Amino acid sequence: MKTNDVILRTVTKIVVFIILTFGVELFLSGHNNPGGGFIGGLVLSSAFVLLYLVFDVETVHKGIPFDFKKIAAFGVLLAVGTGVGAVIFGSSFLTQTFRELHLPVFGNTELATVVLFEAGVALTVVGVVVTIILSISEDV
Amino acid sequence: MIETMLKLSLILFSITIAIAVIRIIIGPSMPDRVIGLDMIGVNLIATIAVISIILNTKAFLEAILILGILSFIGTIAFSKFIERGVIVERKHDR
Repeated sequence: MKTNDVILRTVTKIVVFIILTFGVELFLSGHNNPGGGFIGGLVLSSAFVLLYLVFDVETVHKGIPFDFKKIAAFGVLLAVGTGVGAVIFGSSFLTQTFRELHLPVFGNTELATVVLFEAGVALTVVGVVVTIILSISEDV
Repeated sequence: MIETMLKLSLILFSITIAIAVIRIIIGPSMPDRVIGLDMIGVNLIATIAVISIILNTKAFLEAILILGILSFIGTIAFSKFIERGVIVERKHDR
């Protein structure tokens, strides 16, 4: 059956970028405001789920040639690696630190190593959620 | 004056959500239930906006955005399931 969904496809091509931008904003505002790696990862994965809904699996895999299981594994590795790095420097596991730096454009910026941990959490959430959705939707 | 109007609008939104829940429960066909769910999402967004006006805060704006995104994706998934019977297609036939 030939279906006509031009409006849905055209809207999705714009809305996906809005959702991805909002996910990154949630991820970056997680230090002092509502947000963080988990919620940012969930919003990013909802953008991927919208792509899988509107287009089919083969088209999306042609555009995004990543294996999402490997992304989840890399996220776990990054999150654990920040904890082990603290052990290497002589403090206890998962100790986080920060430092004030004077960057040329941004001025006085506070750089924290918890951002790396949150990036690992976000990658893990994206990989696991997209893998779950694809596994459920298979075999109909 | 404006306080009274905001609280009255909250009561009216609650009545609207209750009516939509009744439509979801007794709805004769599946598209009725999907439209009822979408209507609950829109009314929840409006309720959160009115509550953030009453409390004079900006902390709930992310909740409004996330509710909008999830309501949009949920409505698309339900309607695609009703129309085609499959949600994520393996290969598009055309």
